[in-house]
Amino acid sequence: MNMMSESAVEKALDQKMSDASHKMIGKDVSVYYGEKRALFDVNLNVRENTVTALIGPSGCGKSTFLRCLNRMNDTIENCRVTGKITLDADDIYDQNIDVVELRARVGMVFQKPNPFPKTIYENISYGPRIHGLSKNKADMDQIVEASLQRAGLWGEVKDRLHESGTGLSGGQQQRLCIARAIAVSPEVILMDEPCSALDPIATAKVEELIHELRANYTIVIVTHSMQQAARVSQRTAMFHLGQLVEENDTDKMFTNPDDQRTQDYIMGRFG
Amino acid sequence: MTDVVSPAAGIPRAKSVRRDIGIKRRYAAERRFRAYGIAALSFGIIFLMLLLWSVVSKGYTAFQQTMITMPVEFSQQIIDPQNERATNPQKLMTANYPVVARNALAKLLNVSVDDRVASRAIGQMLSDGVRVQLRDLVVANPAIIGTTQTVRLLASGDIDSAYKGQIDLDVGQENRKINDQQLGWMKQLSDSGALAKHFNSGIFVNGASSRPEAAGVGVALIGSFYMMLIVLVLSLPIGVAASIYLEEFAPKNKFTDLIEVNINNLAAVPSIVYGLLGLAVFVNFMGLPRSASFVGGLVLTLMTLPTIIIATRAALKAVPPSIRAAALGLGASKMQTIFHHVLPLAMPGILTGTIIGLAHALGETAPLLLIGMVAFVANYPTTPLDPSTALPVQIYMWANEAERAFVERTSGAIIILLLFLILMNVGAILLRRRFERRW
Ligand SMILES: Nc1ncnc2c1ncn2[C@@H]1O[C@H](COP(=O)(O)OP(=O)(O)O)[C@@H](O)[C@H]1O
Ligand SMILES: [Mg+2]
Repeated sequence: MNMMSESAVEKALDQKMSDASHKMIGKDVSVYYGEKRALFDVNLNVRENTVTALIGPSGCGKSTFLRCLNRMNDTIENCRVTGKITLDADDIYDQNIDVVELRARVGMVFQKPNPFPKTIYENISYGPRIHGLSKNKADMDQIVEASLQRAGLWGEVKDRLHESGTGLSGGQQQRLCIARAIAVSPEVILMDEPCSALDPIATAKVEELIHELRANYTIVIVTHSMQQAARVSQRTAMFHLGQLVEENDTDKMFTNPDDQRTQDYIMGRFG
Repeated sequence: MTDVVSPAAGIPRAKSVRRDIGIKRRYAAERRFRAYGIAALSFGIIFLMLLLWSVVSKGYTAFQQTMITMPVEFSQQIIDPQNERATNPQKLMTANYPVVARNALAKLLNVSVDDRVASRAIGQMLSDGVRVQLRDLVVANPAIIGTTQTVRLLASGDIDSAYKGQIDLDVGQENRKINDQQLGWMKQLSDSGALAKHFNSGIFVNGASSRPEAAGVGVALIGSFYMMLIVLVLSLPIGVAASIYLEEFAPKNKFTDLIEVNINNLAAVPSIVYGLLGLAVFVNFMGLPRSASFVGGLVLTLMTLPTIIIATRAALKAVPPSIRAAALGLGASKMQTIFHHVLPLAMPGILTGTIIGLAHALGETAPLLLIGMVAFVANYPTTPLDPSTALPVQIYMWANEAERAFVERTSGAIIILLLFLILMNVGAILLRRRFERRW
């Protein structure tokens, strides 16, 4: 992992990105909470092996859009989604799509670390177990180790796999949640402000992890920190009052945005 | 230096004077509040102590029973004069055992059995229960007929009360149930060591009896046990299933709101109403037997269900939404989320609610009176469909008896009931700890 090879990887990834297929496509997505409309005809595509950041003032619908991508909105009473969202070529709101399978393909990490009050091992193995991903104990051990390795947590917890996951520090818990999401081999990982409950050092670790995960997963991250969006993402989408204002390469977004509102928000004039 | 200090010192002092008053008042208010709390607590503790003291001081003697240990001659002459026990098995069942016991005691006291008055008085010192005691011995082993065995026999309830000092001896002997001659014999027997207090296992195993010294809560214990079992087996699954459905699956609409309001109302319905319902539905309509612990269990189940449902729903609600989100986000189905994550986390609360409900049901009397569980039942119920009583009902019945020896039994049965309640609550705490320690 020297500088050369790392930048080479980056280059290759960026190359792949520019002509990347769109992993998920959202077309005219609108969301209603009862009578109240929270999203207005959002057209947003998520590119493969890319970190897409969703930014915007709070209450603008970032989390709402994110939850559309793995149908977590289904769990909210009187929430209605219209429009079309596809994963690869499949319409995820189609009658024939099984939500369980969709959520195995599109994993989620939440704002507050929420490990199950079980052991670290059980936290990771739960997903693979319900999806039948392992044939035996050795298989499962393998999955648990690999997931923790990928989440950069293996070294810290390998001697305490059978202790409670809630006994870890906040940052470790969040990486445990990322490892848990990884364990079911998703294609897309959604993260809703994954660092907002963490201290700066833990935040840095998670950001580094997101950076590494990009090689294998498509990531959509909601963040309220401009700096974080700039550090971890390649694409950025700016929401305002339920509308998608602008979606662009992150570099362009932060230097020379097309829309005045993006400029104002990034400059800290509102939000 | 002084320049800097003096103005700075002036301002905070003015400030601190103003703030001090508020703080003092706040501290005083807090102290007052604490004093109220301690007063309320002490009040409660004093009354609890009074209750326990009155029950225990009256009831502890019930766990000891006065008995007379003496050699008894199983005389062929009295038990089976015609020597017909080989052909007539009824003979041993109906033999005149009280006379056997009376003669043995008369011999011990050096009183001639020909003295009719004295031997009657001696017979009164022994419990009627000796008939059963001796019969059981002989039937179990007919070979003891014609031999002399040392046997421990129950003293009568009056001797028991007198020996425990519960009878006022200042009144004239014609006004008490035990005369001076009997008292003298009692003293003589106790000096020789034949008459003494022993642990009273009978109170735990005997059924109903009109003789206090032979009465016990055995039948009531079995009845209560059957009922608790029925309540547990029925109300826990039904209650938990209903709560899970209402809490997790039911749509929120007017109809489910109505159900919710009604469940909360049912929890407040007086228990005697459940008794009337049970009488009308289970006994009169469905034709189930009266006085049966099965019917009692059904009635208590109806009564306990709202409590369990309310406790379970509260426990389910208390599970953090983030846990559900985590499981759903991993692709767990709703059922998996509930049964793998939500229910285990809610378990301590559910169990506590259930055991509190059970404890409540264990102490319930009124509905059982209505379905006829207040009955004189001397034989153990072999199935829940047999007539039976329950612990609190037994207490109620004994409390209505006039004899002095029943007073201590009443308190003794209350102690037994309280012990079971404490046992159940300790069980609840242990289960809670166990389930919580798993993570
Ligand atoms: N469960 C819900 N029920 C009703 N309204 C909601 C719910 N969740 C979000 N909203 C509303 O939808 C809008 C967008 O919310 P959200 O997506 O959480 O914003 P963001 O994540 O950008 O801060 C807000 O106005 C919010 O009040
Ligand atoms: Mg949000």
